[in-house]
Amino acid sequence: MEGETQVISCDVIVIGAGPAGLMAALRAGEAGAGVLLIDREPFTGGQLVKQTHRFFGSKHQYAGTRGFDIAVRITEKIECLKNVKILLEATALGYYEDGVLTVLHEGRMLKFKGKAIVVATGAHERFLPFENNDLPGVYGAGAVQTLMNVYGVLPAKRILMVGAGNIGLIVSYQLVQAGVEVAAIIEAAPRIGGYLVHASKVRRLGVPIMTGYTIKRALGKECVRGAIICKIDENWNPVEGTEIKIEVDAVCLAVGLSSLCELLWQAEVPMVYIPELGGHVPLRNEDMETPVERIYVAGDAAGIEEATSAMLEGELAGINAVSKLGYSVEDYANKRGKILSDLKNLRSGPVGEKIRAGLARLRTLRNGNL
Amino acid sequence: MLDKDGVPTKEELLKQLPSEERLDRGPVVVIECFQEIPCDPCYYSCRRRAIREFADINSIPIVDFERCNGCTLCISSCPGLAIFVVDKTYSEESALVIMPYELLPLPEEGEEVACLDRRGEEVCKGRVVNIRTRKMQDKTAVISVAVPKEMVMEVRNIRVTS
Amino acid sequence: MRIRRHPILSFKREKEVNFTFNGKPIKAFEGETIAAALHAEGIKVLSESKRNHRPRGFFCAIGNCASCLMKVDGIPNVKTCITRVRDGMVVISQHGRGDPGDIL
Repeated sequence: MEGETQVISCDVIVIGAGPAGLMAALRAGEAGAGVLLIDREPFTGGQLVKQTHRFFGSKHQYAGTRGFDIAVRITEKIECLKNVKILLEATALGYYEDGVLTVLHEGRMLKFKGKAIVVATGAHERFLPFENNDLPGVYGAGAVQTLMNVYGVLPAKRILMVGAGNIGLIVSYQLVQAGVEVAAIIEAAPRIGGYLVHASKVRRLGVPIMTGYTIKRALGKECVRGAIICKIDENWNPVEGTEIKIEVDAVCLAVGLSSLCELLWQAEVPMVYIPELGGHVPLRNEDMETPVERIYVAGDAAGIEEATSAMLEGELAGINAVSKLGYSVEDYANKRGKILSDLKNLRSGPVGEKIRAGLARLRTLRNGNL
Repeated sequence: MLDKDGVPTKEELLKQLPSEERLDRGPVVVIECFQEIPCDPCYYSCRRRAIREFADINSIPIVDFERCNGCTLCISSCPGLAIFVVDKTYSEESALVIMPYELLPLPEEGEEVACLDRRGEEVCKGRVVNIRTRKMQDKTAVISVAVPKEMVMEVRNIRVTS
Repeated sequence: MRIRRHPILSFKREKEVNFTFNGKPIKAFEGETIAAALHAEGIKVLSESKRNHRPRGFFCAIGNCASCLMKVDGIPNVKTCITRVRDGMVVISQHGRGDPGDIL
């Protein structure tokens, strides 16, 4: 047995080096705080590294830049800061009563203690109930992106995409770019959920988009060999006699995300159920601080949205965490105001309706609880 | 229906097209962006300020077609690949459709390609007259295809057949 | 199958790595995960469920779902979707929970 592992202390621990965590670490580091940024992957960027498309949003926040390039640019800025340490292939295991965070790294369990913690752990993909959904070849959209855009391995020859939200549409486009035939994109809702420019873009490639359809069954014994899809009625029940057999060797599920917030549950951050934000999400204020003092959240871990808002939330969490610790953030009031107004603008249009409704519920619940 | 299958209807398209009269005068942009989404790079890409300043980031781009000279700079700036330039004055029988393209293989200049409509269905043949892959375009090729004049508002993609 | 040419991305495949899957030699590239390398060889079935002996492949590829557990160098329940290949690695399909007696 090894002896007791020493607890390593620092000002801010940022858990997760995706868009939110990267920006939190950058802003906290710029203020001079000692920051530890950890991620379980061997690279920074989280899901950004799999995004081959140009980002939407404001030109001033990386719009027009491809996702994987955004990850590189922010990481390069962080690497210039001597007071920020990035620890990769480091998985946060648990958060304890005494504020100790245990981390698995290179087969060893390390212990860290931060004066403030930013939880930017992202999300996990939702699953869908249908017959044979456990067959190899039924993948989450993130898995398909990882396989083809990180490792350059084709997930299939011909694939069925389930879900026409932004992820389903974008990943379909990426599949065609990689040389995979997308048999169809099916969507249970009566309307396409993602941006319509994404839909038109895959449609021009000849990929059919079928709204009002769901997957009934995957076919195959060892692996996916096909799928049966069918129409659903307004009560979301399958319509008899509308079944269509599609020959594919993989089924990709892009049916939504939920916050990955086990560490927050452990830390006894009050969690609330808000479907518009993806399910259980932590209570938090406008400055991204949870009711457990000095535990901050940002990005999908705080509620499912998208990468541009995740970066802005990360910035907010970063500057607020360090200013609470007594570091002076240059021009703090203006910076904070600018981030808040940028977030408001991003969410102000018709496509931001759901997130606005979710955040309004969060505010109501917070005011009742705190 | 755009929000049912990703294909805009004639009515949806008409809202944002340049007039017939403007189309007859030479190259001009066609922005097929019909939904308010938070996105503004096209505004910043236009050096002639032909894309009007956005009231807010969710605004749909509005083009001053008199200012637009069809320079094509905005095409590769659009994350939605929704911007095209059309030139009905290209020749007696043909018009040019200039489009973003992010697939391999790229066609060769002079090559005949299958021209696809907004459903991805082949509607005619066309000839590639120009391919631009400048560094500032960041891997979005901009391809000019000569198509029969009457197809200029139909053709929005190509398939390389060679 | 590996992607050879991509319109946007380029893949670094510098150093070759050799490992075995159920005794069969597999060639991969440094930096790839076990699951990705097996997938490139067309191997999608990574393990078998305990009760119904259903085939199991990966679902999330980022270490969340635990659908890709295999026995690697004698250690069961390794998440092969986030574990990188190493020269000489011995990878074996796993039965159920990965108890010593359950290994294929």
